Amino acid sequence: MNTEILGILATFLIALLLALPLGKYIARVYAGEKTKMDFLFNPLDRLLYRISGIDAKREMNWKQHMMVMLTINLIWVLMSMLILMCQQWLPLNPDHNPNMPADLAFNTSISFVVNCNLQHYSGESGVSYLSQMWLMFLQFVSAATGMAAVVVLFKAFKARSTTQLGNFYTYFVRSCTRILLPLSSILAIIVLFNGTPMTFDGKQEMIGLQGDSVAVSTGPAAAFVGIKHVGTNGGGFFAANSAHPLENPNYGTNMAEMVGQLIIPLAMIFAFGYFIQRRRLSWMIFGVMTIGFLMLAIPNVMQEMNGNPALTAKGLNNTMGAMEGKEVRFGAAASGFWSIVTTVISTGSVNAMHDSTMPLSGMNEMLAMMINAFYGGCGVGLLNFFIFIILAVFISGLMVGRTPEFLGKKIEAREMKIAMIIALLHPLLILAGTALTVTMPALGRATVANPGYHGFSEILYEFTSSAANNGSGFEGLGDNTPWWNIATGVVLLLGRFLPIIGPVAIAGMLAEKKYIPEGNGTLRTDTGTFGMMVFAVIVIITALSFFPTLALGPLAEHFSMP
Amino acid sequence: MKTYFFPALRLTIVLLIVCAVLYPLSIWLLGKMAPGQGKGVQVTAQGRNYYRNIGQSFTEVQYFQGRPSAVNYNAAGSGGSNKGPSNPEYLDIVQGRIDTFLKYNPGVHKNDIPADLVTSSGSGLDPDISVLSAMIQVPRIAAKRNMPESELKQLIQQHTQKPLWGLFGPERINVLELNIALDKLSKS
Repeated sequence: MNTEILGILATFLIALLLALPLGKYIARVYAGEKTKMDFLFNPLDRLLYRISGIDAKREMNWKQHMMVMLTINLIWVLMSMLILMCQQWLPLNPDHNPNMPADLAFNTSISFVVNCNLQHYSGESGVSYLSQMWLMFLQFVSAATGMAAVVVLFKAFKARSTTQLGNFYTYFVRSCTRILLPLSSILAIIVLFNGTPMTFDGKQEMIGLQGDSVAVSTGPAAAFVGIKHVGTNGGGFFAANSAHPLENPNYGTNMAEMVGQLIIPLAMIFAFGYFIQRRRLSWMIFGVMTIGFLMLAIPNVMQEMNGNPALTAKGLNNTMGAMEGKEVRFGAAASGFWSIVTTVISTGSVNAMHDSTMPLSGMNEMLAMMINAFYGGCGVGLLNFFIFIILAVFISGLMVGRTPEFLGKKIEAREMKIAMIIALLHPLLILAGTALTVTMPALGRATVANPGYHGFSEILYEFTSSAANNGSGFEGLGDNTPWWNIATGVVLLLGRFLPIIGPVAIAGMLAEKKYIPEGNGTLRTDTGTFGMMVFAVIVIITALSFFPTLALGPLAEHFSMP
Repeated sequence: MKTYFFPALRLTIVLLIVCAVLYPLSIWLLGKMAPGQGKGVQVTAQGRNYYRNIGQSFTEVQYFQGRPSAVNYNAAGSGGSNKGPSNPEYLDIVQGRIDTFLKYNPGVHKNDIPADLVTSSGSGLDPDISVLSAMIQVPRIAAKRNMPESELKQLIQQHTQKPLWGLFGPERINVLELNIALDKLSKS
């Protein structure tokens, strides 16, 4: 078989095989059960709690959880603005990069706090090494925030009837120390030994073989690459992200980085099953997500391997595939596959430029973010999927004339209202943002890099990526303008915190309700039939919301090509 | 304020030490043992140091050319062209590259030009080309350097990097290493 296809199959299989035991480990970590690494992490965690003055045993209800989350996130945004706007005067800035202007610092800070990493600056010239280390810190804690939030939901379904849902700080600290740190260290070491730099030296002068003089940007990239993938953040150390040969030196690191971003979102699905002791439910969720993922990924791999028909029409040898914006060491197949891995999961790192992918590949990348629930980011993917489960439970309940119940809890009007608001918020942010921007040509159209339908796709992609907290982009867009920085900054905030608070609120309310044991009249939610129902709900909501806009952008472009 | 703010601030500061100081420092220390001492892998030829993974601009006809670059192989920055697949301006640029290539490589048929030679890479620093892209330049270089084509083909074969473990990913050739070897070969 073709070695390029074999490579992506192996990547997915490795990720899945590692995710199963990791899921079990994650469930044990959050349940506070014994693990082999306790000798190291127990003292470390205790030290962290003691210095911070945190009582790790204090139980919180869902509102207190959310208050803790919002407070600590606010602190990060403020600190981040301060650091980025003063980086020129702070240490570790060998290249003398200037301070960030306020609008760019606003966008960058929010974007890293919300696990998005939409980067409107270039890593080589826009930030100092101190800022890079700060942003790397945000990559840890934003991932841990999402994971801690989903554990509140785990906890809500584990207990029969309670308001006490554990302690946010412990979920958060355990995510950082016991899950993110070890995994990102492993990935960082893999890329380090394959040639990714880890140095605090500035740009190096180099005279080429032909005598041209250029500068080469290096830096402490290896540590950054580890957490950027494991935490599904995706922000690149260099402007070209994981297409950069120092950030992703060979095919092996490319596989490792893909596994790195898949592993926690996959493991979280299984951790849920272990945690609430319903493993069949995990497999239902995994099945639906995987079918969705494959339906997006397979066409992309085919499109990219097939090559750009407009270039085929010019009569050159197009058998390598669509190589514009791609690297030879990865090839078209792994680049097309990555483009969906990074968009279904809210990573947003790229190993090829999405702006130059085929129109329908671009559409699938956007669809992956519009759905935002096939695997999804660290923790938040499952929260988004939970909303679709609630909708599916309600609709199937109506269809068969039974009271809608999920895991023994009745779903009533209040929960449904929240679920609907959250489900509709995402299309609202994307479509309203895009519509507003295209009505103002000086702010929107003037910033696009490609004419016609593709230019529209660039605007649509930017808002989709922001609302989904993804962070990839059609990077031709000149997005470092006050309008783009502020508009996407606001979308990022709304697109992050409401979809966390909504599902956690629903889970918190359900946890307080009386537990109804399953009987003959219960609609089972861990079956293939119910999985199909969830899938149908996802497809219908997405198609109804987004088909017209996609027709104006990528679909129109596709049909205009030879 | 007291219950929420201060613990959060203090936790932020201690985690900052763990995640943004201890973690990168330990990776940095390990980097001392990594190839290139964590400063990027270098190759040395004729007293000069080059980064093996950073592609260089090869415009002179006696060298194997690499891929077009949106940043002119200046690794102070990085990035692709971000041209959309249907952009007419972009299609003209590619046509121009095809024409230029045909001009400098007489005898090559347009149908044989591989896509990677006329499209710019994602990073603008792609160090590699495909085997086909190297092979197609053989007649030109053989003529310029007065070398037999068979010798060049052998050189390409020696420098072809196979898929990972022979199983995963495409074959590729590092243009810089190929050109360094080419200089050595034609001197001897």
